[in-house]
Amino acid sequence: MPKEQLSGAGIVIKALQDQGVEVVFGYPGGAVLPIYDEIFKQNKLRHILVRQEGGAVHAAEGYARSTGNVGCVLVTSGPGATNAVTGLLDAMLDSIPLVCLCGQVPTHLIGNDAFQEADTTGITRPCTKHNYLVKDIEDLPRIMHEAFYVAQAGRPGPVVIDLPKDILMSLGDYTPPTKVTHKSYNPQVKGDTAAIATAVKMLSKAKRPIIYAGGGVINSGPAAGKLLTQFTQMTGFPITLTLMGLGAYPGTDDQFLGMLGMHGTYEANMAMHDCDVMLCIGARFDDRITGRLDAFSPNSKKIHIDIDLSSINKSVRVDLPIVGDVGHVLEDMLKIWKASQAKVDEKGLAGWWKQIETWRAKDCLAFKQDDKVIKPQLAVQRLYELTKDRKDVFVTTEVGQHQMWAAQFMKFDSPNHWMTSGGLGTMGYGLPAAMGVQVAHPDALVVDISGEASVLMNIQELSTIAQYKLPVKVMILNNQYMGMVRQWQELLHGKRYSESFMDGMPDFVMLAESFGLKGIRVTDPAKLDDAIKEMIATDNSVILEIAVAPDENCYPMIPSGAAHNEMIFGTDVKTEGAIAGDGMVLV
Amino acid sequence: MATDMSDGVYASNPYHEEELKHTISVIVDNEPGVLARVVGLFSGRGYNIECLTVAETRHRQGLSRITIVTSGTAMIIEQIKAQLNRLVPVHSVSDLTLEGPSVERELALVKVASTGDKRVESLRIADIFRARAVDSTNESFVFEIVGDTGKIDAFIELMKPLGLVDICRTGVVAIARGPKGMVGQA
Repeated sequence: MPKEQLSGAGIVIKALQDQGVEVVFGYPGGAVLPIYDEIFKQNKLRHILVRQEGGAVHAAEGYARSTGNVGCVLVTSGPGATNAVTGLLDAMLDSIPLVCLCGQVPTHLIGNDAFQEADTTGITRPCTKHNYLVKDIEDLPRIMHEAFYVAQAGRPGPVVIDLPKDILMSLGDYTPPTKVTHKSYNPQVKGDTAAIATAVKMLSKAKRPIIYAGGGVINSGPAAGKLLTQFTQMTGFPITLTLMGLGAYPGTDDQFLGMLGMHGTYEANMAMHDCDVMLCIGARFDDRITGRLDAFSPNSKKIHIDIDLSSINKSVRVDLPIVGDVGHVLEDMLKIWKASQAKVDEKGLAGWWKQIETWRAKDCLAFKQDDKVIKPQLAVQRLYELTKDRKDVFVTTEVGQHQMWAAQFMKFDSPNHWMTSGGLGTMGYGLPAAMGVQVAHPDALVVDISGEASVLMNIQELSTIAQYKLPVKVMILNNQYMGMVRQWQELLHGKRYSESFMDGMPDFVMLAESFGLKGIRVTDPAKLDDAIKEMIATDNSVILEIAVAPDENCYPMIPSGAAHNEMIFGTDVKTEGAIAGDGMVLV
Repeated sequence: MATDMSDGVYASNPYHEEELKHTISVIVDNEPGVLARVVGLFSGRGYNIECLTVAETRHRQGLSRITIVTSGTAMIIEQIKAQLNRLVPVHSVSDLTLEGPSVERELALVKVASTGDKRVESLRIADIFRARAVDSTNESFVFEIVGDTGKIDAFIELMKPLGLVDICRTGVVAIARGPKGMVGQA
């Protein structure tokens, strides 16, 4: 008996279901109508209708990062696909597994400048891990399954499948996913044992070691975070995490020095600068981390564990590269450490911790309290204090000062609870990302810590939040400026605040109410706690607008072009002219 | 110098290494867009392409071989290979400059228009270079010459005063010496 054939759109839906996709974030249009018709006919796959395609991609990112699963997006051809581009690049830079299905004009019209035609594979080639244009219905089932494999295998990333409408409407055979080795893409997950043994030797001899871990630990899965914690606590080494890695190691633990990098803690950056052995795990020596390259940790031996060979020796030359999945490598490292009965240099380590404690004593995150105006740091600090006893707190952010304050003051004890746009720095990320997190965790407390400028970039998604009754909490630190831009103008451009002030801002309370959500505004530091408590206690979605000190800067800071040991602090009187010369041209 | 970014803080060459020329072979799936991926990688990341050739080499397996001559510091060359390797349709990457001796060849068609002594001289030099005339008129030749890049450069240099009017070069193709084939090629 011949197999019953499915339409291309039917194959797409069947493949999504077989891949375990439960939710797809999307927006319909002419070219993808056949898929929407199939969605209508079934009940397994849930569709969340966003208000702009950019929101769909960030929502899928939030979903993916909070669950560890592949996020799924469905958009139409032309403008649908181009609106998705920023989110795709965001996912690329932060290594988030996504599959984005794009409609396309029918194959015979491709290249004709047809209505809503865009060269989607051409446009998305540099901002995806891989992309496909399906030109033959026979290839469709294989490409659908392969896309999910590619999105997750090795270093995760976004994959686009461009689907011409005639392919969606023609008939073909469906094949379920099978376990086959990919013909060309098979990333190495096991690390070289000899190299791991060498690493163990180097670490056991270290007098001033540091562990510097990043998003790779989170991408590797919960086991990797546990192994990292086990290894760190077994050795007693100090550990610092990147912006992407927060939560990979318990943020409340004493061995954790805080985040490192441009707005990282003094102790983390000084320890990076002065260490003698650096163990980098699933991080990539990003320019926000290293600061001035030729002065980056000048006297250390560097061990780098990464699943992506291209991350190794990209900007900083390392002494011992280990290519592999951090979970696998850490497991082997623990085994070898125990088997070889390796011991740490207790005396060296004790001296090192003593030194670190003197840096810690500087209390670099300290800020001046004010009883008239709410300091933005205080707002984040209070949010943390009032939520720290809950396990189900997820935090997303937009991009700017508030993002850095959130990274500094929120402490995460487990992975997948913190989503922020690290690599691309996409303003407008946090609100839709929070939406995606809330869809995945309907009963959790999901807070988008945002600034009034960033949040406006995807504010239309409040309508999505309203439609699906998602109880997302949007905590806006309103300082009336694009704060980070203003800060750089203060430090770099003689306080000429060119176009960083926004007039004509909405009344956020009324804005929330207009979508049927709750709006709260607080301006008095004495009423801050009550406002935050009210936000948390509300079942519905809330916008909490916190009027904060407009001129507060985010410190400590490694000025661009400076080294880790040249940080500037909020308590310094003079910061003007802190960035000069080479640093001026950097971002 | 405040403006010299080669010494800058996130400089592309912080270790002040020497730039070297490398010939890299890449085995890829012969599918639409694969060349764009490779070329886009080079332009997007600011790597040099000195020349590039591509053609299908294994029809049944649907594989093509791309030969790229590029230049950069050891760190950049290492990056280029790692970046190429992580492209999904790339089967294997090999650095012919590093992995033992290899043979490099290029073919050029060189058109020379001249009469009298110059015409005779061009034919004489072609003979020395073992170039073949593949087209001739009373006032022109088209020479076909095969060799490494240096030989072809030298030939073109000599043809300049003899009425050189047009050049077309294939770019380098290269293969490792010895009995072993490239990984991923079988």
